[in-house]
Amino acid sequence: MSKISEAFSNKKAFIGFLTAGDPSLEKTEEFIVEMEKAGAALIEIGIPFSDPIAEGPVIQEANVRALSAPGGCTTDMVFDMVERVSKKVSVPLVFLTYLNPVFSYGYDRFCKRCKEAGVSGIIIPDMPFEERGELIPFAEKHDVELISLIAPTSEERIQMIAKEAKGYIYVVSSMGVTGIRSEITTDIGEIIANIRKATDTPVAIGFGINTPEQAASYSQMADGVIVGSAIVKIIQEHGVHAGKYVYDYVRSMVDGM
Amino acid sequence: MGKGRYGIHGGQYIPETLMNEVNKLEEAYEFYKKDPAFLEKLDTLLREYAGRPSLLYYAEKMTKDLGGAKIYFKREDLNHTGSHKINNVLGQALLAKKMGKTRIIAETGAGQHGVATATAAALLGLECEIFMGKEDTIRQALNVYRMELLGAKVHAVETGTQTLKDAVNECMREWTKRVDDTLYVLGSVMGPHPFPMIVRDFQSVISREAREQILEKEGKLPDVVMACVGGGSNAMGMFYEFIKDESVQLIGCEAAGHGVHTDKTAATIATGKEGIFHGMKSYFCQDEYGQIAPVYSISAGLDYPGIGPEHANLHDTGRAQYVPVTDEEAVEAFEYIAKTEGIIAAIESSHAVAHLMKIAPTMKKDQIIICCLSGRGDKDVAAIARYRGVDLYE
Repeated sequence: MSKISEAFSNKKAFIGFLTAGDPSLEKTEEFIVEMEKAGAALIEIGIPFSDPIAEGPVIQEANVRALSAPGGCTTDMVFDMVERVSKKVSVPLVFLTYLNPVFSYGYDRFCKRCKEAGVSGIIIPDMPFEERGELIPFAEKHDVELISLIAPTSEERIQMIAKEAKGYIYVVSSMGVTGIRSEITTDIGEIIANIRKATDTPVAIGFGINTPEQAASYSQMADGVIVGSAIVKIIQEHGVHAGKYVYDYVRSMVDGM
Repeated sequence: MGKGRYGIHGGQYIPETLMNEVNKLEEAYEFYKKDPAFLEKLDTLLREYAGRPSLLYYAEKMTKDLGGAKIYFKREDLNHTGSHKINNVLGQALLAKKMGKTRIIAETGAGQHGVATATAAALLGLECEIFMGKEDTIRQALNVYRMELLGAKVHAVETGTQTLKDAVNECMREWTKRVDDTLYVLGSVMGPHPFPMIVRDFQSVISREAREQILEKEGKLPDVVMACVGGGSNAMGMFYEFIKDESVQLIGCEAAGHGVHTDKTAATIATGKEGIFHGMKSYFCQDEYGQIAPVYSISAGLDYPGIGPEHANLHDTGRAQYVPVTDEEAVEAFEYIAKTEGIIAAIESSHAVAHLMKIAPTMKKDQIIICCLSGRGDKDVAAIARYRGVDLYE
């Protein structure tokens, strides 16, 4: 069983996301530790990118803050930070980034560094099923799972994607970009039912989830929920002091599930 | 490897949310491009509304003054809305109607594609929203008002460098929010498949006409065909039908800004490297970690960090050459063609004119150059005045 699969065994998984380097890499390290303490089962770490086209304003701004921080926030610096923090936490760590930073680093080199640094998976929002072939051989070679996304518009593509899915399936709850939503209108139940027909790979729902009530109801349908913008917003508001607020928030979400 | 490849370039690197939509677009396009009724409707619009065919004009004074090759201009600046953008927009807007869409969205740099899209939306009764970098809404304020006059809503994009790249980002985000009733009318030969193919096909009318026109006028093919390149739609349209004519040299002129050895440049082939962005594998201006570089050009329409995938392949195979042209050279050409031929050409097109001024004198008198004048320069007059230190605002 892979480290990611273990995160989903016998419990509903709360997955927290933050952008590396916002407000600093040292703080990202601290917040990751806080999230694990608060009960997060898996943590997604965003490698900042200049043009994150799948992100709403909250995470876009976090990317800008990280990249414009004194000393910057390069892929190598993120790897070094993750290598340190992965020795302090036991939950699986997964990268979320866009394809160009990965391509630019070199697929083989990137996946090799993931393994060395203790990263179990990668999510790349601008790499759909049809284009995965160029990265998969390197991900497999270095035991890094490439996480698949399924969207409200996926329809007949669901089976094809789900059959090949590794780690967990990231179900995008809503149309559009990441961000806090008060209401999610997609028929997620139907999407998950279709996924279940093709695979027993765990399913986590993301995009828009921010309250313990939402976490409770979506974790009924799926194996986990993913929360990004709400956490990034707390970090934005409290900056270097965000540690305990991140802990309290994740704790409230985990307790709600 | 996914669909829509030009050598190693192209592909469909976009969020899953959009995959079915681009597949539907491809399917619709493959059907309608063979549908006689659709083609007839488009042809009628191009002739009766856009004013095609555009003229192939012999620039006798420039030819004499430069003292080398015979110079012809393909006058896309004389099209309705003042640029080549209308060729593609009429095609895509008609396609949107056929697909049952009621709303079109588009990015724009200089505003030419935005104006063309707003025009087609007005004509065909579609709702229209345009995304334009805030910096560009200032540089091209007149075009913003023009789009609004045509009934479009213009969003000033305040993220990133506030230019064309950011307008594309925001337009893609908007499309993922609302695909059911909306088509993203992409303005250049870029983005995920099928856009580079669709835009190239609709723009190839430029070279189809030019090839016939030059054979009629001169009885032979040109030696050089050239155009300015940002994303590369007028260049792809100008090159396409000549690609098979191996004797014809194809030259794309990139915006070098302050120069390719400065960080104020947008010359992708000269300074960029292989990357994956905005749905395509191609060349991009970027740093060593793959962060997309803030680019610069005096021309808002060429101020883009990438180039269409088919151009990237024409570069790889050596079929076309890409050369950098600085702001200063382009402004000099802008002024030269105005004084010499009485044509105020777009600052984008003036990049091609600038390179033409370099090569024409080195060629023989029986050789022929066709240069695409992709747009008219009225929109640029105030910016050029400011560049020359004249305090003129629109």
